[in-house]
Amino acid sequence: MRGGGLWQLGQSITRRLAQVDKKVAGRRYFASEAELKKTVLYDFHVANGGKMVPFAGWSMPIQYKDSIMESTVNCRQNGSLFDVSHMCGFSLKGKDCIPFLEKLVIADVAALAPGTGTLTVFTNEKGGAIDDSVITKVQNDHMYIVVNAGCRDKDLAHIEEHMKAFKAKGGDVSWHIHDERSLLALQGPLAASALQHLTKDDLNKLYFGEFRMTDINGAHCFITRTGYTGEDGFEISVPSENAVDLAKAILEKSEGKIRLTGLGARDSLRLEAGLCLYGNDMEQHITPVEAGLTWAIGKRRKAEGGFLGAEVILKQLAEGPKIRLVGFTSTGPPPRSHSEIQDEKGTNIGEITSGGFSPCLKKNIAMGYVKSGFHKAGTKAKIVVRGKAYDGVVTKKPFVPTKYYKSS
Amino acid sequence: MASRLLWASSAASYLRISVSHRGFASEEKIDIEEGCKDLLIEALPNHKHVESGNLVVEDFKYAESHEWVKVDGKTATVGITDHAQDHLGDVVYVELPEVGAAVIQGSGFGAVESVKATSDIYSPVSGDVVEVNEELNNSPGLVNSSPYEKGWIMKVEIKDDSELKNLKNSDEYAKFCEEEDAKH
Repeated sequence: MRGGGLWQLGQSITRRLAQVDKKVAGRRYFASEAELKKTVLYDFHVANGGKMVPFAGWSMPIQYKDSIMESTVNCRQNGSLFDVSHMCGFSLKGKDCIPFLEKLVIADVAALAPGTGTLTVFTNEKGGAIDDSVITKVQNDHMYIVVNAGCRDKDLAHIEEHMKAFKAKGGDVSWHIHDERSLLALQGPLAASALQHLTKDDLNKLYFGEFRMTDINGAHCFITRTGYTGEDGFEISVPSENAVDLAKAILEKSEGKIRLTGLGARDSLRLEAGLCLYGNDMEQHITPVEAGLTWAIGKRRKAEGGFLGAEVILKQLAEGPKIRLVGFTSTGPPPRSHSEIQDEKGTNIGEITSGGFSPCLKKNIAMGYVKSGFHKAGTKAKIVVRGKAYDGVVTKKPFVPTKYYKSS
Repeated sequence: MASRLLWASSAASYLRISVSHRGFASEEKIDIEEGCKDLLIEALPNHKHVESGNLVVEDFKYAESHEWVKVDGKTATVGITDHAQDHLGDVVYVELPEVGAAVIQGSGFGAVESVKATSDIYSPVSGDVVEVNEELNNSPGLVNSSPYEKGWIMKVEIKDDSELKNLKNSDEYAKFCEEEDAKH
């Protein structure tokens, strides 16, 4: 192995993991350590053996003492606690916040019941994805939104620009960016029982996608039953001054079974769950239809449009997209982002966007875009790694079954 | 600065903590082998710990790209160092060269894949590949559990002995690793 040290390798991995909009955040990857932002849990991470690496302008733990393999498996067996405070949470308020947001995203926001949320995509004029995001309707005049750390600057600039125009026409909308809060993700089969020890609210009645403001460990928190691992779990927005205490309390209540987990395992977990990583599997030029998120376009939105790039997206819906995001399993070395995908005759049919060795399945898994026609599960393909073609087969996502806590 | 110290100190605990769980390709088999890692290490002749907690073996030669070579007459056995495997984490795939292939000192001859990263490996000597460690096809984790013995990658018939002087001895390599870690 070569280069100025393996520690740099760690950084390059992180860059690959991050793959956020390079124009916006590119400079930051090379920023000196002193310039990196730290979450309020930084010292806690270091004290717990976190290996801190630059990630989208933040110093974040890529792993702790457990290996990525161990952490990934433990999340599905017991549970994981992630610091995701680098992600950007904000609220949109005002009586017109719903029509305003509907111009920017594909979801049927009006139809969301108060206290529920959904995954959605912010689109541009060409129908491409600016970011993916979980949006929650707190009340009819209050939306709570979490966007990717690496997309923060461009997302906020995009929203602000549209907000100015919207307000100029008399629309009632304003925002508040929750920089006073931190965000923890608690995932895995023990997540609910551990969290239940810390709140009087009955978590059995909080289903996947639902949101509540409640006291947890004595602090006023926003909890959403969601996550990025395919497991049951929660994302908890907590006042920053209470974040370390909450993290400690959660770990304590699980009697050590829920482990601090870094970005490395988080990436393996989301890939196993077949979830997109913005910057890898979704980019400015990729539409939600191509990315397999047609389900996230509300029925009314499909009929009415009215969001940025709707013409392109609705046309694709009618005609079918030219390329589609699919899952792969493969032999040989794990495919990585940019590995070429060929048909059985060796003709190029697409490119891998995320790939790796699945710690839970003990085999290679990957996602990538292929030409329509090659997208059906069971289609055989070749994946080229370092000049050699290896056997791959289109495989249904998620690779590991999801365990969301749903009613019924 | 903080992360540099952390990186070095975590390396020591790595060897003891994570290694015994790394078997995944053929678990029962590896468990036995990995459970014995400490014994294997102790059994290595003339090994020593460098500051970070990683091991070097005195009679081996080392490339700055973190491969080791053990010379026995005309045959050189090649693998990656403890320092390298430690930084890589769980190795999930080793791309072996083909027997008969020519390798050149300083040129890539294969790759090691961990869960999250791909690293090219460079030959510390020039010559022809006479044997590869087929065991790694089923048990790539041997590179982690036994980097200097069972995790060897290839054997090369050396063309030119004088090339060996381009490599570091164990003390020089240990110092090199410390300096490299200290940069971060």
